Amino acid sequence: MNLHEYQGKEILASFGVRVQRGHIATTPKEAVDAAKQLTEETGTGWHVIKAQVHAGGRGKGGGVKLAKNLKEVEEIAEQIIGMNLITPQTSAAGKKVHQVLVAEDVYYPGDSETSEFYMSVLLNRGAGRNMIMYSTEGGMDIEEVAEKTPHLIFTEEIDPAAGLLPFQARRVAFNLGLSGVAYKEMVRFVTALYKAYEQSDASLFEINPVLKTSDDKIMAVDAKVSIDDNALFRRKNYAEMRDVREENPIEVEAKALGLNYVDLDGNVGCMVNGAGLAMATMDLIKMAGGEPANFLDVGGTADAKRVEEAFRIILKDPNVKAILINIFGGIVRCDRVANGVVDAYRNMGDSIQVPIIVRLQGTNAEEAKEIIDNSGLAVHSAVQFKEAADKVEAVLK
Amino acid sequence: MSVLVNKDSKIIVQGFTGTEGTFHAEQMIEYGTQVVGGVTPGKGGQTHLNRPVFNTVKDAVEQVGADTTIIFVPPAFAADAIMEAADAGIKVIITITEGIPVADMVKVQAYIDERDCTLVGPNCPGVITPEEAKVGIMPGFVFKKGNVGIVSKSGTLTYEAADQVVRQGLGITTAIGIGGDPIIGTTTKEAVQMLVEDPETECVVMIGEIGGQLEADAAKWYQESGSTKPIVGFIAGETAPAGRTMGHAGAIVGGSDDTAQAKKRIMGECGIHVVDSPAEIGVKVKEVLG
Repeated sequence: MNLHEYQGKEILASFGVRVQRGHIATTPKEAVDAAKQLTEETGTGWHVIKAQVHAGGRGKGGGVKLAKNLKEVEEIAEQIIGMNLITPQTSAAGKKVHQVLVAEDVYYPGDSETSEFYMSVLLNRGAGRNMIMYSTEGGMDIEEVAEKTPHLIFTEEIDPAAGLLPFQARRVAFNLGLSGVAYKEMVRFVTALYKAYEQSDASLFEINPVLKTSDDKIMAVDAKVSIDDNALFRRKNYAEMRDVREENPIEVEAKALGLNYVDLDGNVGCMVNGAGLAMATMDLIKMAGGEPANFLDVGGTADAKRVEEAFRIILKDPNVKAILINIFGGIVRCDRVANGVVDAYRNMGDSIQVPIIVRLQGTNAEEAKEIIDNSGLAVHSAVQFKEAADKVEAVLK
Repeated sequence: MSVLVNKDSKIIVQGFTGTEGTFHAEQMIEYGTQVVGGVTPGKGGQTHLNRPVFNTVKDAVEQVGADTTIIFVPPAFAADAIMEAADAGIKVIITITEGIPVADMVKVQAYIDERDCTLVGPNCPGVITPEEAKVGIMPGFVFKKGNVGIVSKSGTLTYEAADQVVRQGLGITTAIGIGGDPIIGTTTKEAVQMLVEDPETECVVMIGEIGGQLEADAAKWYQESGSTKPIVGFIAGETAPAGRTMGHAGAIVGGSDDTAQAKKRIMGECGIHVVDSPAEIGVKVKEVLG
């Protein structure tokens, strides 16, 4: 589950990680109030107005701007709230901005130069261990750094039994070229950051940039935080932070029904049991000359109700020109699924306007094919995988 | 021969008396699998499905000689169940449970590494050695006995592959569902190695999906091993966009080297017979076996 910057910062701060402070606002007036309050709390003269959407590269799309007085705070908030923010990570349509974070200015002048670093905490899947990845090249696209200057990226792998050890935290600070107060601050920062990662059941922390201020403080200026969906049952306070406005509405609806659905750009909808088979079915659609309109795993119980719910979800996408149902019946019998398809089809009446290809394999596959073939409905049946592909190809012509 | 499980495996079910555990234990017993009992803390001493229920895995090991376990315990308690089995000396731990927090699996991985046991899964369909032992949730009838080993991350895609192999007049030695989570006990490489080294297995089918390095690692191991035993490979998810998780938590394209295309290229370079269509797995196996 992805969180907004302001939510991520709240979590970090609760574990003692220093963050750029700010307040959330949903209207220009609230933004001005937030700015006043922040000036009282922090003494900041300038403010940074930051669009809160689940996408990186917000600055590039005009979603992060500096305001030098309250009038500018109001004007910029007016511009950003409600805009469709287009960044390199959003679709061409962009994402609607519902709220902004009014944050303190942390790039103030002082005794030393400011510098920006990159830091993330994530799972190293190969090792089955968490790691901290960090670089002197902050504020940049880390993939570009990895490609052009891989020697500037460092990692610390964490032993699950020992946790982050003090020497590792010191090594982070040394590798980032810090000394004196900034060095001590960084050791503290990394230690708190890793503790936050472990204790929040996060699946990703990406802090870009981590800033060394002109008075040698270390802080998170941005925060990309994802929480492990599987752990939300024990992190109820984080689960409540979900902002469904940031998600695809059809996906949200499917999730509520217990269907695993991912919206895609193509023209052939599919309904499959099992994630691997669902991906393989999408690949087969492509080979048959179509493009998959979705990923949809209906799970283990493909009865009439579920099939009908899945149909309704798929048909919400106006681009769907055909639907391929591919069920490998194991524990669930194919004849039951076939009856489910027929019932769902009859219940839905005229709302199904596109050809349907049903491929049922496994337990009672032949009976299932008979049920489909004798239903009198405009449904094409298949038993073999290849046969299903050929039929998809035929209906698309 | 076969790998991981056979007719002599003494199997217990953890989460024995729950809905899932009961349903699948019944199916396993009906298949002819040697299920010697089960574990449900607090229900020790009872009898379930005509088999003894134990409070702890250790009791099951001591009293009925269990050496293999299948875990249906809910996600919040599954990591503990795995570690309990490892501590009790169980050799093969097959975990079906889906949705275990990653942080729990980081602990499990470190715990298991220090003990003499093999974890399969979690979030997997299990392991089947046809006509001997079904330790999983797969439909048994699809798997006929033979000489083809199968390794796969996905449940229904495993059944699909097995069905295609059987339709070619061939059969299966052992099919291993390794699971689709970011952290799994038995990797593709380890499962492929078991089957390549199994004298009865004449060909291995390796089915992967987008995300991670497991298939590339297996392919590189195969090339270095110098084995002449043919491997047929397929990677699902060629059409999946980057950055979106496709059902399995592990199935997400993160970089340029974990796409389906990149994996297939590496597998091909390492001497694996790669099929582009999931409908051609069986045909390809028949072809490489001559």
